[in-house]
Amino acid sequence: MRKYSNIIAAYSIMLVLILLVGIFQSWSIALTILNYCLISAVMTIGANIQWGYAGLINFGIMGYTALGGLAVVLVSVDPVQQAWQAGGLNILICFWIIVVIVVLIRYLLKYFNKSKYRTYGIAFIIIGGILLLRLTASPGIEAIEAVDPAKTGFLGGMGLPVLFSWIGGAFLAGGLAFIVGKIALGLRADYLAIATLLIAEIVVSIIKHEEWLARGVKNVIGLKRPAPYEIDLQTSQWFINLVEKFHSKKLSMINSITERQDALSQFVIDASSVYVKLCFTGLFLSVVIVLLIVTQKALYSPWGRKMRAIRDNEEAASAMGKNIVKEHLFIFILGSAIVGIAGAMMVTNDGLFTPGSYRPMRYTFVIWVMVIVGGTGNNFGAILGGFVVWFLWVEAAPMALFLINFFTSHLPETNLVRVHLIESAPYFRFLVIGIGLLTIMRYRPKGILPEKIEIK
Amino acid sequence: MDFINAIVVLTNFTIIPALAYGSQLALGAIFVTLIYAVLRFANFATGDMMSFGTMFAVLLTYYFQSIGLGLGFLPTALLTIPFAIIMMILYMLLIDKFVFSYYRIKKSPPVQFAMVSVGVMFVTQAIIRIIIGPSDRRFLDGEKFILKATEFKEMTGLNEGLTLKSTQAITIVVTLIIVSIMFWFLNKTKTGTSMRAYSDNEDLALLSGIDPKRVVLITWVIAGVLATVGGILYGLDKSYRPFVYFNNMLPIFAAAIVGGIGNPFGAFLGGYVIAFAEILITYAYKRFIAYLVPESMEPDSLMQLLSTDYKFAVSFSILVIVLLIRPSGIFKGKTI
Repeated sequence: MRKYSNIIAAYSIMLVLILLVGIFQSWSIALTILNYCLISAVMTIGANIQWGYAGLINFGIMGYTALGGLAVVLVSVDPVQQAWQAGGLNILICFWIIVVIVVLIRYLLKYFNKSKYRTYGIAFIIIGGILLLRLTASPGIEAIEAVDPAKTGFLGGMGLPVLFSWIGGAFLAGGLAFIVGKIALGLRADYLAIATLLIAEIVVSIIKHEEWLARGVKNVIGLKRPAPYEIDLQTSQWFINLVEKFHSKKLSMINSITERQDALSQFVIDASSVYVKLCFTGLFLSVVIVLLIVTQKALYSPWGRKMRAIRDNEEAASAMGKNIVKEHLFIFILGSAIVGIAGAMMVTNDGLFTPGSYRPMRYTFVIWVMVIVGGTGNNFGAILGGFVVWFLWVEAAPMALFLINFFTSHLPETNLVRVHLIESAPYFRFLVIGIGLLTIMRYRPKGILPEKIEIK
Repeated sequence: MDFINAIVVLTNFTIIPALAYGSQLALGAIFVTLIYAVLRFANFATGDMMSFGTMFAVLLTYYFQSIGLGLGFLPTALLTIPFAIIMMILYMLLIDKFVFSYYRIKKSPPVQFAMVSVGVMFVTQAIIRIIIGPSDRRFLDGEKFILKATEFKEMTGLNEGLTLKSTQAITIVVTLIIVSIMFWFLNKTKTGTSMRAYSDNEDLALLSGIDPKRVVLITWVIAGVLATVGGILYGLDKSYRPFVYFNNMLPIFAAAIVGGIGNPFGAFLGGYVIAFAEILITYAYKRFIAYLVPESMEPDSLMQLLSTDYKFAVSFSILVIVLLIRPSGIFKGKTI
């Protein structure tokens, strides 16, 4: 029990903080924060697998998150029949052209020796292929985007239940990670960081500007959700009865019938949003727990031992006959796939897909701060990092506002400094996160809950 | 005549903007590469440090304008450069003392440095946003154009106009001056040589009596000059917005790596490679081709290789290709 005391203490503090938000602000806000904490926790598990287990630095979290979000659109949205009729064929042909290009290049690389002519041949195939792609794609894309552009203008998805998209997100992100890993994993650590960051930027710009795929910056709204809608809840009798029972004491204090009805409907509205968020919390919590169990098992398995050996000393591990390139690629795909799941979860939670909002600041660097602050190599630490940092990220602004008001209370309302500070309160989150990261890196470089490996 | 018109179109819309943008990137890329060569880490706070210096230039410009101090037809911002540079260098030295020096003495791995620089990035962003806010600001004053399109048309009698904005000219001239002074300093002076020695082989440099503290100090001073000037020139040419500066970090990194990270001359050229690639690939060649071919063959489409939305993506793709084919960059990296 004692060896877990740190973990239990840290998590209880976190829980108390969220409960405090619930009591002082509102339960709806507390649950929103908790849900985002859980999503962040999934992302940090993914990043921690790459960085903590294998020492791979991946600054492309944003790209995988965005792909996870894209998966929600591609899997759960109903197909737009008109768009498929208008330009679906062109898109399918393009897909096959890409496959043919890749196969041809692989064939050339495999069966011909390295020579000038091979290079020219590959260049010719690529350039010719791109021209062919543009010729086939552009009429199709124009036709698709012309189909009711205010509402659709894209191909739509497969129309499956939204939970499947979480798996779809994992596959999409894993596929991208396979390509990126093939290209960039041979690079040194800081080059790898920059390369992944830039590749993620490319991916996001493609999602943003290819409107036939997922409407780009025009956003997809009204996505399916795995939880009931608030409106449905507010009209269903069982829910109203439940709320009535829950609040019976308060309601019985009110004498007038109309007032009682008003109070009840207000309670129902509040309760419905809390109920929906609780549904999401349950789903997310189960994902986090499953991932935690699996990663924890993996960490102590022979495979986890191998990964740590590779991380700590590549040459020695290589001398022992471990295939480092293969293992790195595998773990890169695995971690990215988990980040993809988190991306899909986030879009499901929001109910809308907004490619314009994917910024490296929020989706890459904050996630990295979570991993570093929580504890690299320790899954409990990584999850805790997700909770702590997300909590700070959200609550920094209100806390800063409170402190500013407190310290400038002797100044008049119109004092320029005070007004300016109050206006810039939202930016104190950057300051809090930055100083937090620097402090942790300096005084507790292994994070709040450092990695502890016991040989069992 | 058509041929000259075509050349003018191309110069006006691609070559001059690319030269100006390339100069701004080049200054940033040399900044990245210098930090990488001497202090041995990839500085993720690059964009925000440039933004920090520019912030002071913007604020001082407003102040000078309010007291009526100016340079006539030149932008007032040029007058603020020395003050902004001093503030920037002070900030960098402060950061170095409280953050980076600890890890340097501990000889931490480069990855840890990179993470620390992410922390610095957050703090710098916060300071900038708290002081000046996140909004878009223009601080250009004085004469806007050196050569206007209509004037050029009257002068030469061509159909196409050639514009030269004063900011573009200033950017190119100032960059050339700063970069030549820097290369002269690195290659000809004793301090510059000691910096190169330190970058090449730290232990050997220490053995031959080079003071590491001095080398680090000089590096930050040069970095401060480059970052501030690069940032101010970019802000004059486009506009000053903290978020844009943060994003500019990415093409700057691309330029530094394409040129061979750790090699200032490579970074200098890398800036132009990235800028020209971005602009030439996303430029619509319709008008250019229309002048060159007979009227019957005029193209209908825009003749654009990629839409301008992919401006950034182009430079990153170049980076990926360079990393694949020649990971050390066009010029071999890691020496100054």
